[in-house]
Amino acid sequence: MREVAIIGVGLSQWGEVWGSSLRSLWTEAALAALADAGVDKVDTITVGSMSPGLFVAQEHLGALLADEIGMAGVPATRVESACASGGVSLKAAFAEVASGLASVALATGVEKMTDVSGDECTAALATAADAELEVFHGASFPGLYAMMARAHMERYGTTREQLAMVAVKNHRHGALNPRAQYRQEITVRDVVRSARVADPLNVLDCSPITDGAAAVVLAELSVARKLAKGRPIVRIAGIGHATDCIALHNRTDMTTIPATTRAAERALAMAGKRLQDIQLVELHDCFTIAEIVVLESLGLCPPGEGGKQAESGRTALGGALPVNVSGGLKSKGHPVGATGIAQVAELTTQLRGEGGKRQVAGARVGLAQNMGGTGASTVVTVVEVAS
Amino acid sequence: MSLNPARVAREFPSRYRLEAARCSGCGRVAFPARLVCPHCRGTQHSPVTLRPEGKVVTFTVIHVPPAEFKGQSPYVLAVVELAGGVRITCQVADVDPLAVHADMSVRLEFRRVQEDGEAGIIAYGHKAVPA
Repeated sequence: MREVAIIGVGLSQWGEVWGSSLRSLWTEAALAALADAGVDKVDTITVGSMSPGLFVAQEHLGALLADEIGMAGVPATRVESACASGGVSLKAAFAEVASGLASVALATGVEKMTDVSGDECTAALATAADAELEVFHGASFPGLYAMMARAHMERYGTTREQLAMVAVKNHRHGALNPRAQYRQEITVRDVVRSARVADPLNVLDCSPITDGAAAVVLAELSVARKLAKGRPIVRIAGIGHATDCIALHNRTDMTTIPATTRAAERALAMAGKRLQDIQLVELHDCFTIAEIVVLESLGLCPPGEGGKQAESGRTALGGALPVNVSGGLKSKGHPVGATGIAQVAELTTQLRGEGGKRQVAGARVGLAQNMGGTGASTVVTVVEVAS
Repeated sequence: MSLNPARVAREFPSRYRLEAARCSGCGRVAFPARLVCPHCRGTQHSPVTLRPEGKVVTFTVIHVPPAEFKGQSPYVLAVVELAGGVRITCQVADVDPLAVHADMSVRLEFRRVQEDGEAGIIAYGHKAVPA
């Protein structure tokens, strides 16, 4: 397998971007990544998008978007694994470059979520759960994660306040990120007193609905070295992907996400790294409980200790293991198909030392975890500064 | 979710009659029945009917429901473990949400789950009620 580097990153504006369509958001991110990389052509394009058919009544995104940037003719494919669509888009592009099928790849993700009503958005997102066994009975995504939260609280004594502290931390980080959708800081009291959604989760435990796109340009390492212009080269050291049953009730233990554990093992093995080597993490905090459970599932803290990580400051900027310094899904926003790409874009920015006010000093190895549904699809990516 | 008649009818065996399949290879029960056992990949099964009683494993109270359930909120949604070990997701009805707790004994009753407007299909299934 050839070594693969990330040579360019780009994000569109994120938020409720009523003036931009799916295609214009995507184009904004793609052009930014190509300009950052200093390339004007690619061999292949991947597009992670969860449900453009339901959100904007548009499928067939590969050809549509390649043409949108004047690249009709280039092979382009949409890939989908619910909210892990960005992660599988990265993996698909990585595989093409690593195998030699492509030399330069544009890996992207996009979701345009605010052209539909709140109810339609809820219904579109719910398609990531089991339609016959969960959604039929009235399950929503906050409801499914709420059941994980209650199970975790009952088994380990995780508190309502510890859940809130995840949101507080990620908003503090997001306040430092000019791209974040919600840049205001919040307090534990704000979270605990915010509107109830699915007990014990309130609205400030939930990531927002976001329009946005993200793109990264991948290239084989020799190409990356020619284009580096003195900047650190960031390489994908390992990428792991795993699945599980999508109905939460079919998991033996609802306080852990086995697909995340397996994907992380695969990514670390490919990278030849240990967990102790990881210096910063971007993970899938679609709900506050998710950050807690994912930290445990990755092995970055013991089972049951996830609630204490934000509380103790360990996972804050300046702590021993900064988590979601971008603001995470909670504050930066969660355009579902774009999230997995944006996480890796953030790690690349950090490893280049271009993180501005949210820079993690001296970061050389980072890990991204992106999942779909209640974790039935997970992609974990390990990136490092190439020597 | 739109209630397409064929789609609703296909689920009658599990939703109306709690029909499941016991794998002839490993003895585990899949609900609803599947062609392939998710545990051992066996393809030989015998039909079994689940007993409509069990315990709440975990639950939530849905305050912001999907559109189809607006008339029912707030409602309790739970993972229930039935006698024999099969787990399902369903609502817990006829109960004060504050009285629901893990390990609570419940039985399943045949209930209206959702309906497609005033003149459309009514979809039935099971809800748990306090035992």
